[in-house]
Amino acid sequence: MISGAEIVIRCLQEEKVDCVFGYPGGSVLHIYDALFKQDEVKHILVRHEQAAVHAADAYSRSSQRVGVALVTSGPGVTNTVTGIATAYMDSIPMVVLCGQVPTAYIGQDAFQECDTVGITRPCVKHNFLVKDVKDLAITIKKAFHIAATGRPGPVVVDIPKDITAQMCEFDYPKTIQMRSYNPVVKGHLGQIKKAVQMLQEAKRPIIYTGGGVILSDAADKLTQLARKLDFPVTNTLMGLGGYPATDRQFVGMLGMHGTFEANNAMHYADVILAVGARFDDRVIGNPEHFGSEKRRVIHIDIDPSSISKRVKVDVPIVGNVPDVLDEMLKLLDAGCKTDPEVADWWKQIDEWRGRKSLAYRQSNHIMPQFVVEKLYEVTGGDAFITSDVGQHQMFAAQYYKFDKPRRWINSGGLGTMGVGLPYGMGVLMANPDAQVACVTGEGSIQMCIQEMSTCKQYGLPVKIINLNNGMLGMVRQWQEMFYSKRYSQSYVTSLPDFVKLAEAYGHVGMRIEKPEDVEPALRKAFTEHKDDLVFMDFIIDPGANVFPMVAAGKGLTEMILAEEL
Amino acid sequence: MRHIISILIENESGALSRVAGLFSARGYNIESLTVAPTEDPSLSRMTILTSGSDEVLEQITKQLNKLVDVVKVVDLSEAAHVERELMLIKVRATGKDREEMKRMADIFRGRIIDVTESTYVIELTGASTKLDSFIAGLDAGLILETVRTGVCGIGRGDRILKV
Repeated sequence: MISGAEIVIRCLQEEKVDCVFGYPGGSVLHIYDALFKQDEVKHILVRHEQAAVHAADAYSRSSQRVGVALVTSGPGVTNTVTGIATAYMDSIPMVVLCGQVPTAYIGQDAFQECDTVGITRPCVKHNFLVKDVKDLAITIKKAFHIAATGRPGPVVVDIPKDITAQMCEFDYPKTIQMRSYNPVVKGHLGQIKKAVQMLQEAKRPIIYTGGGVILSDAADKLTQLARKLDFPVTNTLMGLGGYPATDRQFVGMLGMHGTFEANNAMHYADVILAVGARFDDRVIGNPEHFGSEKRRVIHIDIDPSSISKRVKVDVPIVGNVPDVLDEMLKLLDAGCKTDPEVADWWKQIDEWRGRKSLAYRQSNHIMPQFVVEKLYEVTGGDAFITSDVGQHQMFAAQYYKFDKPRRWINSGGLGTMGVGLPYGMGVLMANPDAQVACVTGEGSIQMCIQEMSTCKQYGLPVKIINLNNGMLGMVRQWQEMFYSKRYSQSYVTSLPDFVKLAEAYGHVGMRIEKPEDVEPALRKAFTEHKDDLVFMDFIIDPGANVFPMVAAGKGLTEMILAEEL
Repeated sequence: MRHIISILIENESGALSRVAGLFSARGYNIESLTVAPTEDPSLSRMTILTSGSDEVLEQITKQLNKLVDVVKVVDLSEAAHVERELMLIKVRATGKDREEMKRMADIFRGRIIDVTESTYVIELTGASTKLDSFIAGLDAGLILETVRTGVCGIGRGDRILKV
């Protein structure tokens, strides 16, 4: 017999969890005591529970493993909600273990009590309250199973303190069967055949892929399929790295800040092959405008509810993306014609490409796009790039060419400012030798800046690329363009001296003000200070905007381009 | 369009709130909802009366199926089914109205299940429209209280919703 607390730790060991991000408190003291007595599961003590969940989320995004966070009841849990919702929107597999007040106190407004299951319900894939120590191990098993299978997502397990003190036999099931939860894997073969047929007939095809390709590790298969067909490929913000960005067939990211060629190709395509993507509002713009063009849509997704939700689909295929792509490849290999007539279409796409929609104006100040380009060069295009939310996020997505999946780590769905630094921590825990840069702004970085302290404690050498324009850039851009330059609350005054701040936390700080200093500074950070956290405060052109831009409510082809202003 | 969705769901605490939360979070209608355990006490059967376009209904069914506790979902109104609703209605029954109430209950095949000097409680079962007609047929001033269970339904013949 072992205690509930020891059961929790044994379960983590059984799941081969090597690190947990967390913060202790009253209701999880038994668990922390059990954690103390072993060394298989490492614990990273964050400075705010939100960061624990973000870090666990990025641990998962940058590897194939389930990230784990451990927090106490009440405020510990409420602080995790933003992180859980962030992971939920991007379908990230994660298990959050929460302490709860003892079962006899539940519902009595006890100290540090909150309705964890109720508060997190709308932003989890599933959640549990463990009411009997005998159910503890199987519940944790279910949590990992649910988090990682089907369309992945975060799962919360709420564990009352008395449960962690009670004694019980430990028996961890190897597998689990749930009558109410059986996600589909194989796609319907008839539908797949129909899709392959449709692809053969396409004259103006496009392959449009999203986060599902990354999450299901289908990038290789997708690349094979696209090359075999010689079709253009576009990725969503969440899908970057699903197809090599330096490849000729890649037309760039699409959507609100997508390239001219990607948005036009998407709009005028006669056949769209959508893979692990969900046609969200930032991707297709105004749905009525998007619907004005006649086209046929094939949609592969593991989640049936993503299909025909915003755009009517002609050939729905519910299944695990790599399995479905595998079937498609087999059909193509089995003698189907593999050279659809797309030469004219490529001619058209190259003409759109000639528009060079990512060209940007030059300036005496540092341009943010230039910083990202140099970052790409200095890191050999091989770094993990985490990002926050705003202009810098779009610049990173547009100018860092991701050739590999799981290298671009950002909050796409919820758009959570403050994720970048804790994401960097999570990436480094999963990939200890990797180069990790957090492309951020002076607004976002201050939302979780306390984590510089965690980075010091555990030696996590994130390179913070702070694109500092002294403004909430994306808000300022919208106010400039749509609110007659009334810059309501978008200036950030009284900024700290970031160099001194970094030094105060025990790190290296740099302030870079001239374009010619950008590259040397980056080189220094990634070589001389390879093992240090370096806070690089780039003072950038305050007027730089993100283009192309599809304004809210506009159609995909109604882009505002850089020179048009 | 009016639809009756039948759901088999794990009989666990919080299961009802997952379904109710889904409807409110996504802006779907719930006109009525009934829930009780089935012959297998580990399962509950829930019946939701809702309305919406075909696209909305498709999403409702898909989203319900996505809930981890939900075992099966069926749109009963897609095919032949029977539906019933139970109403208890307390009415004033004095003077000439006392006789009239008894007559109305008989016409609608209701039963009077509680009697005092001045009131009756009438039990009435049927399709929701029948209950509506009964209420419409009474003098509104005589209705003291009504309680309705909401619709429950079952497929006809071989249409069976079971694990």
